[in-house]
Amino acid sequence: MSKKLVDLSNITKAYGDNVILDDLNLYVKENEFLTLLGPSGCGKTTTLRIIGGFETPDKGKVVFDGADITKLPPNERQLNTVFQKYALFTHMTIAENIAFGLKIKNKSRQYIKDKISYALKLVNLEGFENRSVDSLSGGQQQRIAIARAIVNEPKLLLLDEPLGALDLKLRQDMQYELIRLKNELGITFIYVTHDQEEALTMSDSIVVMNQGYIQQIGSPEDIYNEPQNAFVADFIGESNIVHGTFLEDEMVEIFGKKFRCVDKGFGKNKPVDVVIRPEDIDLVDPKDGTLTGVVTSLIFKGVHYEMEVLANGHEWLVHSTDLSPVGAMVGIKVDPFDIQIMQKPQSEDEEAVISDEQ
Amino acid sequence: MNNKKRYLAFPYILWSAAFIIIPLLIVLYYGITDVDGAFTLDNIKLMFDPINLKALVYSLILSGISTIICLALAYPLAMILRNAQLKSSSFIIFIFILPMWMNFLLRTISWQTLLENNGVINTILTTMHLPKIHIINTPYAIILGMVYNFLPFMVLPIYNTLEKIDNNVINAARDLGANGYQTFTKIIFPLSMPGVISGITMVFVPSLTTFVISDLLGGGKVQLIGNVIEQEFKFKYDWNTGSGLSIVLMVFIIISMAFIAKYDKDMEGTNVW
Repeated sequence: MSKKLVDLSNITKAYGDNVILDDLNLYVKENEFLTLLGPSGCGKTTTLRIIGGFETPDKGKVVFDGADITKLPPNERQLNTVFQKYALFTHMTIAENIAFGLKIKNKSRQYIKDKISYALKLVNLEGFENRSVDSLSGGQQQRIAIARAIVNEPKLLLLDEPLGALDLKLRQDMQYELIRLKNELGITFIYVTHDQEEALTMSDSIVVMNQGYIQQIGSPEDIYNEPQNAFVADFIGESNIVHGTFLEDEMVEIFGKKFRCVDKGFGKNKPVDVVIRPEDIDLVDPKDGTLTGVVTSLIFKGVHYEMEVLANGHEWLVHSTDLSPVGAMVGIKVDPFDIQIMQKPQSEDEEAVISDEQ
Repeated sequence: MNNKKRYLAFPYILWSAAFIIIPLLIVLYYGITDVDGAFTLDNIKLMFDPINLKALVYSLILSGISTIICLALAYPLAMILRNAQLKSSSFIIFIFILPMWMNFLLRTISWQTLLENNGVINTILTTMHLPKIHIINTPYAIILGMVYNFLPFMVLPIYNTLEKIDNNVINAARDLGANGYQTFTKIIFPLSMPGVISGITMVFVPSLTTFVISDLLGGGKVQLIGNVIEQEFKFKYDWNTGSGLSIVLMVFIIISMAFIAKYDKDMEGTNVW
């Protein structure tokens, strides 16, 4: 059990009447790759900026490495940030950019020189010392921004949507680079993104946020397979979210048909939300299916076909490598462990959130 | 398509030829010839005549002081504007630009009226039983006039460069351990250098060559190089000497601008430390 490196307690932040964060509690363990994931305006960047020291919370406490740093200015915090759109110093060379933090700390000339070549090697940009910032591509600038941060040997690296401005292929390459860097350096990463695929690929833990509240914290597998509410289910990947009735343990009723599931403890005859991932639906012969419907659309997506099946008045989204042509009658079958049961939203707030997203 | 674009540039080429290049060549011609049209360097050498030299040095000092005062006033203001809310900053800029919509001559004449020994300011001071100020017809009044007239030209370019600096660049400097002072000297100020340079140019050059401000606020008692050249043309009808002095002044300006530009290049990067 590794210790807590960052501990946020009761953090509240508002701009005028606009409440960004409301009583947020979150801790980050040492050597963890933690991702704050959510749509824009969910408070993830504000949370990061509070840890970095660029915003002061209205209420609450930020503890870093055992010390209260809530009021400490950013230059006195033992952490570094990689900013969205890189924020490199355009009036300096690459070497001067990387050396900035070390020169401020009055490190020796030789130490700085060694650190620059070490950092450039780490981000695969050896020999770029005397290049100008403008001569670099977006991906290269991003690597320099990372190099500039890590030469200071921070205990914690904050990354604010660092790959947002890159194209898809480069973004995927950089994801693996970041995982490699984290493993080589052994420092804690807090990563902010709205891209669920990025979050699932890189993180040890994911914090799903919406409208200033944490919706769920868990490993990528937990978040994907066991979403705790409809927002998380809808935001992470694609899903079919339908109303159901939890009849008894391991038995749920959807559209009047009984489905076996593996969940327990939701009571008897209680209304629940049911999540079924599109890839977990098996299209079978109509007589073998629990529900029967007709294929209304078919799109080729590369890896799989995406189909919509109209059954009992609901459009079911289905991903499958086997195609069923439009107009075909099919049966819908779902394995018990692929059915995820969730409590109905407690408050009207949460309900509103879900409909906003759709 | 390409040809059509070339035609679009034609009016501007015509304009610059007629009103910039040809007049400059005429000035050059007059500057290096005498009354009979024979080649001579006497007009150029006249700049080193003690009276003219004194006027030039005096002009350099006064415009230099004005430029420094403008920079000292404009930079903090530009910083405040940069950090202000968008709404209030555009209002303040509007207030600053407003006087520029009035005629330059009119503005200077109004300062004359304000500063006169029995002018508005002294009348107010007298009624309040305070001592009068006597700065009209002194170099102080000329510096005041220069600063008042040219300050907006310093504020705007500096504000423009400061405004373009991404907040995250400043945050990055803080994040990497720089305190407020270090962030200013190593990041904000170097990044604003282009604005500072163009501000200095736009204040220094018109101050150096002005004759209206020194005429109206200096009362003819303070001779600047602009006044000397004006008199050669307007009162002595000596176009050759006037042109010769103009050429020397132009060379002076070009050299000082080149010097500033070179200094700026040296400043970049290495000298920041």
